[in-house]
Amino acid sequence: MAPLLEVRNLTTHIRTRRGVVRAVDDVSFTLEAGETLGLVGESGCGKSMTGLSLMGLLPPGGSLVGGSSVTLDGRELVGLPERELRRVRGNDIAMVFQDPMTALDPTKTIGHQVAEPVLLHRGCTRAEAADRATEVLGLVGLPHPRERLNDYPHQLSGGMRQRVLIAMALAAEPRVLIADEPTTALDVTIQAQILALLADLRTRLSMAMILITHDMGVTAGHTDRVNVMYAGRIAESTGTDRLFRGMRHPYTQSLLASVPRLDQDPDRQLPTIPGLPPDLTAAPAGCRFAERCRYATDRCRAEEPELTGPDSHRYACWHPTSGPLPLGSAVVVPRPAAAPVAVPDRPLLEARDLVREFPVRGNRLPGRGRRVVHALSGVSLTLGPGETFGLVGESGCGKTSLGRLLVGLDRPDAGTVTLDGTDLGRLRGRELRRRRRDLQMMFQDPFSSLDPRMRVGSILREPLQIHGLGSARQQRARVAELLAEVGLPTQGAELYPHEFSGGQRQRIGLARALALTPKLIVADEPVSALDVSVRAQVLNLMNRLQASHGLSYVVISHDLAVVRYLADRIGVMYLGRLVEVGSADDIHLRAAHPYTAGLLKAVPVPDPDLERAKRGSGISGELPSPVDPPSGCRFRTRCPLARERCADEQPVLRLFGAGHTAACHFPLQPPLSDTPAVAATDASGG
Amino acid sequence: MSTLEPLAPPDPAPDPRSETVDASTAARGSGRLSVRAFVRNRRALVGLGIVAVIAAFCFVGPLLYRTDQVTVRLDLADLSPGSAYPLGTDASGYDVLGRLMAGGRSSLELGFAVAFTTSVIGTLYGAVAGYLGGLVDAVMMRVIDTFLAVPGIVLLLMMVSMFTPTLWGIVLLLSLLSWLGAARLVRGEVLTLRTREFVQAARMMGGTGGRIVLRHLVPNAAGVIIVSGTFTIADSILTLSALSFLGLGLPPPHADWGTMLSAGLNSLYDGYWWLVYPPAGILIVTVVAFNLIGDAVHDALDVRLQRR
Repeated sequence: MAPLLEVRNLTTHIRTRRGVVRAVDDVSFTLEAGETLGLVGESGCGKSMTGLSLMGLLPPGGSLVGGSSVTLDGRELVGLPERELRRVRGNDIAMVFQDPMTALDPTKTIGHQVAEPVLLHRGCTRAEAADRATEVLGLVGLPHPRERLNDYPHQLSGGMRQRVLIAMALAAEPRVLIADEPTTALDVTIQAQILALLADLRTRLSMAMILITHDMGVTAGHTDRVNVMYAGRIAESTGTDRLFRGMRHPYTQSLLASVPRLDQDPDRQLPTIPGLPPDLTAAPAGCRFAERCRYATDRCRAEEPELTGPDSHRYACWHPTSGPLPLGSAVVVPRPAAAPVAVPDRPLLEARDLVREFPVRGNRLPGRGRRVVHALSGVSLTLGPGETFGLVGESGCGKTSLGRLLVGLDRPDAGTVTLDGTDLGRLRGRELRRRRRDLQMMFQDPFSSLDPRMRVGSILREPLQIHGLGSARQQRARVAELLAEVGLPTQGAELYPHEFSGGQRQRIGLARALALTPKLIVADEPVSALDVSVRAQVLNLMNRLQASHGLSYVVISHDLAVVRYLADRIGVMYLGRLVEVGSADDIHLRAAHPYTAGLLKAVPVPDPDLERAKRGSGISGELPSPVDPPSGCRFRTRCPLARERCADEQPVLRLFGAGHTAACHFPLQPPLSDTPAVAATDASGG
Repeated sequence: MSTLEPLAPPDPAPDPRSETVDASTAARGSGRLSVRAFVRNRRALVGLGIVAVIAAFCFVGPLLYRTDQVTVRLDLADLSPGSAYPLGTDASGYDVLGRLMAGGRSSLELGFAVAFTTSVIGTLYGAVAGYLGGLVDAVMMRVIDTFLAVPGIVLLLMMVSMFTPTLWGIVLLLSLLSWLGAARLVRGEVLTLRTREFVQAARMMGGTGGRIVLRHLVPNAAGVIIVSGTFTIADSILTLSALSFLGLGLPPPHADWGTMLSAGLNSLYDGYWWLVYPPAGILIVTVVAFNLIGDAVHDALDVRLQRR
């Protein structure tokens, strides 16, 4: 039987002012009905462009080069006139885009947007189209679809918008669905729901699906076959199980190894892939991965390997490896010489009963009083010197608000933050600015955290100038020292930030934070904007610097694996409250709070068996509005174990082990005692 | 524009594959990149060229081509262009070519002076308002709204009819009117800049508000400041001409393109074309040239943003 979709020698060139970018280079694959094919790789490797090329949706300057062929059910799509192609798009091949915030038209109702492809392709009446829209919206799990047809996108949450996008794609019953990073912009809990939905729809509607993702965990659980792409080409192509257990291409191997995993020893350094993917305007001769490959020989640099292999397992490599690397590298993570003591005599940082509320603009009905967003409602935590505290939770749970309070960028409405015995809330003006030396922050976005108009040297010197540290000569020497410390060449001081890659910029940000030899660095999503291969480099660097400087970190991340890898203790936040605090092992192996357990379950693990085994379990629903948080336990609306008591009574933190506390009436572990844990005990550390 | 681009210029981005960064690339800053994009833009070069020629004409020209622009010589009135007077003479017997030079001087001086003062005042005011935000911002912006509510040209006419205008008096008046726009633009830019993480990073280091405004916000808003300044030059030159055209400009013996134009119009029906077309033409060319530069700067900065 001929495959449903057959792609042969697909080559996409994009003309830019810098030259011709060979975004997709000679890519061939097939897709059978009812199958999910994963396209995996780092950003810029041509995954998305492959998806767009299939649909004939090329960016300005883009063109398919001769020899490219895409056949759907035996019908050649390349070269079809635009009129004909439009009939295919949205009808036979549909696409789900990455960002649900921008992919919907904010001025049209969702009913209208979902009905649009039906109207375009089926030539039915508006009423029929609206019926079909209701039907598909129900299919994707939008509650009360008929009533919501007239809603506008801004009235829906991110997860619901993603469902609407999927409904739009499904409305005309396509045979091939291309999902381009459909869950990257979503929280893990919502991601799990959306992925389960896609898998379910695929079997029910017997569609074929192309899942484009950079996440090895998502790949493991939701694809049948995988194409690993690198620099516009397919590096390896095989069945999912085979790929994870017996990959042959070194790129696949390194990519998988560099992803931090929940089930790995955080004391082993992550293996990294050095360097960055090649520039596609001038792809190197020979194997494109050669420059970053540990097995590369002269042959790799001279001759380009063919994508061949036994049976269906094909790979383009001269020196294929076999199977995955052992978890973690052999190198042990350096830990601070003075390991965090179990009970620090004096904590470095202590936060007590922090409350932060932001007024809601507009919507102030008379008599309803002031409406506020409850960003933080009574959070206490302590941090010892040299310790790493991880904060996890869904977006909107107050992680970032807490981080800003801890470094004094914002002031709490109630509660105190004490650093080394000084109450930060009492400091003003000059005194506060002086104290800031001890508290530094590492930002999420490497593109906006460095002033684009300053040279890197000036950026690193600025904190020294502000605090009047040393002469100009000494400051320059310090800049060179800092650059060396984060592994960048000294000449880098003369360059501007835009001349560095994302990972390098993140290192510069870390160097800047280090310039004042702080005691604490709050890292807000330090690696979430980076590619997996670069992530490992930055994570390893953070570990090394902690050891050499005796730093304390507060690491804020939605990625549990990252937090698990870096943190000694972890705090799980839900809607402005800390629901569970414990050592990394407490949280991962002995979670007491159902939310923690659900969150962990939702994290995709790059292992096909583990990933498939856990289908259908996780946290349902979405984060309630922080303007009207649920009474009692805030998690009760989504908790599988919730009972009446949870609505009436707010649970207090109870002790589950040394330094392990959780706030739940019906915990998954028996508590040590029924009395509330005193704040001092939860300070004790793991 | 793409046809004007050189084919595939050498890629100025650093080699992304290597961790080591080549020091020879150090000279390429973001500023240089903008300059490069600016120079590649043909409109910019044309605009700059015209402005340079006109500036030379107005400031160097009088040194080479000396004329008497003070004494009225009715015996030489309304002579048509010839060898003695390349562009003829006007009703008072002044040499038109020499008068164009003298008039251009005051126009250019005024334009640059107004652009400078409005940029400085507007930038500081807008940056402070945008950075502080909240109540301070609200009050500062309402002040601007109040000023903007005053119809500018009426105020100008009132002032120049009450006092004898001088060049610097008009500079002051125009500055008072046009810094408002610059302040608004800069404030808007600063509002988006101050949420950027590098501004928070500067606060985290213990940087003072003044430092953040001057070291981080103003340099990053430089683009909009330059663009608005360039357009201000063109606008001021036009406004001065309009005032002069209405007879409310600089009093004699001061020369001005607007005054020349207005005087010339009266004699257009007499066939004295040289009294009208030269001042009108040079006025239009000058204003267009400044607008070209402004547009090009705007585009150059956009290009820089795209390249990041």
